[in-house]
Amino acid sequence: MQAAPETAKGSPWYDPKIRGYVYQALLISVVVYVGYAMVSNVSQNLARQRIPFGIDFWDTQAGFDINQALFPYTARSSYGDAFWVGLLNTLLVAAFGIIFATVLGFLIGIARLSRNWIVAKAAMVYVEVIRNLPLLLQLLFWYKAVLEPLPRPRDSIAIPGGALLNNRGLYVPEPVFGAGAGLIGAAFLLAVFGSIAFYIWAKRQQAASGRIYPIGWVSFGALIGLPALAYVVTGGPVSFNYPAMGGLNVRGGITVYPEFIALLLGLTTYTAGFIAEVVRAGILAVSKGQWEAADSLGLPYTRTLSNVVIPQALRVIIPPLTSNYLNLTKNSSLAVVIGYPDLAQVFLGTVLNQTGRAIEIVGITMAVYLTISLLTSAFMNYYNQRMALVER
Amino acid sequence: MNVSANASAYVQAQSLPELPAPSSTKGPIHWMRANLFATPANTLMTLVAIYLIATTVPALFKFYVFDAVWSGTGRDACLRDKVGREVGACWAFVGDRLQYFIYGSYTQAERWRVNLVFLGFGISIVWLLWDKVPFKSVGFLFFFGILPISAWMLLYGGARAEFWFLIAGFALLAWTIWGDLSAGRKGEPDVFTRPESLIRYGVLAAMVLFGLYVQIGPGELPVVETGLWGGILVTLLIASAGIVFSLPFGIALALGRRSKLPIIKLFSVIFIEFVRGVPLITVLFMANVMLPLFVPQEWSPDRLLRPLIGVALFASAYMAEVVRGGLQAIPRGQYEGAMSLGLGYGKMMRLIVLPQALRIVIPGIVNTFIGLFKDTTLVTIIGIFDFMKTIEASFADPLWATPTTRATGYAFAAIFYFICCWGMSRYSISVEEKLAAGQKR
Repeated sequence: MQAAPETAKGSPWYDPKIRGYVYQALLISVVVYVGYAMVSNVSQNLARQRIPFGIDFWDTQAGFDINQALFPYTARSSYGDAFWVGLLNTLLVAAFGIIFATVLGFLIGIARLSRNWIVAKAAMVYVEVIRNLPLLLQLLFWYKAVLEPLPRPRDSIAIPGGALLNNRGLYVPEPVFGAGAGLIGAAFLLAVFGSIAFYIWAKRQQAASGRIYPIGWVSFGALIGLPALAYVVTGGPVSFNYPAMGGLNVRGGITVYPEFIALLLGLTTYTAGFIAEVVRAGILAVSKGQWEAADSLGLPYTRTLSNVVIPQALRVIIPPLTSNYLNLTKNSSLAVVIGYPDLAQVFLGTVLNQTGRAIEIVGITMAVYLTISLLTSAFMNYYNQRMALVER
Repeated sequence: MNVSANASAYVQAQSLPELPAPSSTKGPIHWMRANLFATPANTLMTLVAIYLIATTVPALFKFYVFDAVWSGTGRDACLRDKVGREVGACWAFVGDRLQYFIYGSYTQAERWRVNLVFLGFGISIVWLLWDKVPFKSVGFLFFFGILPISAWMLLYGGARAEFWFLIAGFALLAWTIWGDLSAGRKGEPDVFTRPESLIRYGVLAAMVLFGLYVQIGPGELPVVETGLWGGILVTLLIASAGIVFSLPFGIALALGRRSKLPIIKLFSVIFIEFVRGVPLITVLFMANVMLPLFVPQEWSPDRLLRPLIGVALFASAYMAEVVRGGLQAIPRGQYEGAMSLGLGYGKMMRLIVLPQALRIVIPGIVNTFIGLFKDTTLVTIIGIFDFMKTIEASFADPLWATPTTRATGYAFAAIFYFICCWGMSRYSISVEEKLAAGQKR
């Protein structure tokens, strides 16, 4: 900024610098005043309604039960425990949702660009329908219109593999580990590390000599074969506790509650519609010359897609993909409408109702979602930097 | 030809027999071969897709169209045992409860007021979105100024409503005349007779006359408490409050975020990132349970006003990011050109930058609005009777308790939301194409 020429000296009000200071001072005083007014109003209102302020309710006995808890939780547990149960449930559904939505979204996004007319049109209809309906309606549809009319436990649908499905949830066999089962786990870990090592070695070999090794088949074989070998060697220490009818309800097995299934289905299908569009845009952003170059090298369609197009498309795809992951996590708070015990339902719903501590609870909940959002975007920014085009 | 005897033996002496023509290079058969059965994998996918379509689509049609019950006065019309045939969707239920889905529990005799608001809303939407309708500036004044105030007064009613209506009409009229007067002083003599001004005067005069008519004529409008409002009325109200508030506020936030003044920038960034980092539900809960604590007891906002505030704040942050994208797309030369003409910050933004920036981001704004429209369903959670909630609530009505009521209600809601959102997205695509046409010389 150059100093104004002396001849143009007018009223200081027309100096942009001074104006800037005035505006900012005004803004600060307004914010401070509003903040002060809010605090004093809150303290007056709370005093009148005789609501104390603070998080001393954290260790108080909650007195309500939660059906799905990842760690032992009973009605005697504290509100703090309820908070952790809710948070873990939110993270659980978000993690599964992100995985499934990514897979489904990529499939549908690629299908929309398929040369097969009917597949492309079907993918288009899916995307248009899913994206133009409110998520809340879709959740209610899955929960009330699909899962609720399932048969009663007595007439459970048997799914091949020993699982049972009825209107109280999905019951899957629970593995029971006997002596020596640790060896199977060790074999699995060995297979994982072995596959990673093989992957790195094979990639180096390919870069050096151009030879392509069957990475997929080798790691697939190792991941299945090694644990299977360990299973046979140790004499089969793993058995399954199959769900079976007992009295009026199903006994045994692991229960996946219908609320969880509905929320997962809803979040997955909804977000997949958005991810599909992101993927499609990313693939279309790869220039045609890349396709033609791959064609002229004689690469088949799948290899062109996986080795040439998608790696380049990922650069375009990752930033909007991140915001879709964040949206999925935030949308998981819609669990409230179908009663899945996530953070919003347990903490913002039940705990707020019971304690009446509006400010503390809404504040904590917002802080948690904000932290998740900031952490996810920080991680994805780091990943994005690694994937970005490296130029000389 | 005798030369051919000496010529190389590999030259054909007579023409080969004609090859059969390729089976087809156009027509449906070829098309199917190229697009449906190109490779074995392709064929398999086609067959799977056809199987899926063949199992779902006819079943849906059978349920929602052929087996559906279209008229009736109670659940008996939709019960299989009473009708004696397979019963699909119970559209009679939707027909019977349609009034409730549109107006909620709004007083029967006063529903003309809602219709009037719907009419005003429809006119202003067409006015703003259809580019062949002239006088956009009057349309903006109507949609962002007159309509929100007058709609609220009309819907709520009460003794003082027409009074305020009258005042608002007079104030706007005075403001317009003053604006025209000052324009006249600048040497635009025909400003009063311009059709644009005439329309504006017409609208404002109609407002004043209506206020006077209600004041002098049939007496005051009875109050309809907001607790009775519901259905599409509330859905539209929340969505339009969101857009009316979020557009100006979002523009202000976007400008703040791009400002060189550090404190203004800091506050804008904090607000935008905070709101975008939390789910709408937490914002709605905040508006519902915390807002009454933040203000003095006697100011405690109306139960319907709280989610309106929450949705408006939420939408502003998203709108701000959309507008920021547009601002960033304007080349520096435009700013510099404006500055070299001696325009100050306000004039530069209002006359040069924002008109271009907002034009580019119309598709983005419409997309934000689609998201906002879908998100209005979340007010269900804090007990507001929007369209979704009225449908959900009527499932509890024993008069229409049938096995297919729920499926019918959800289908009706889906059709409503789909038509609204899909229509908006088509509009945004058409604008996008129109904007791209200007670039494609």
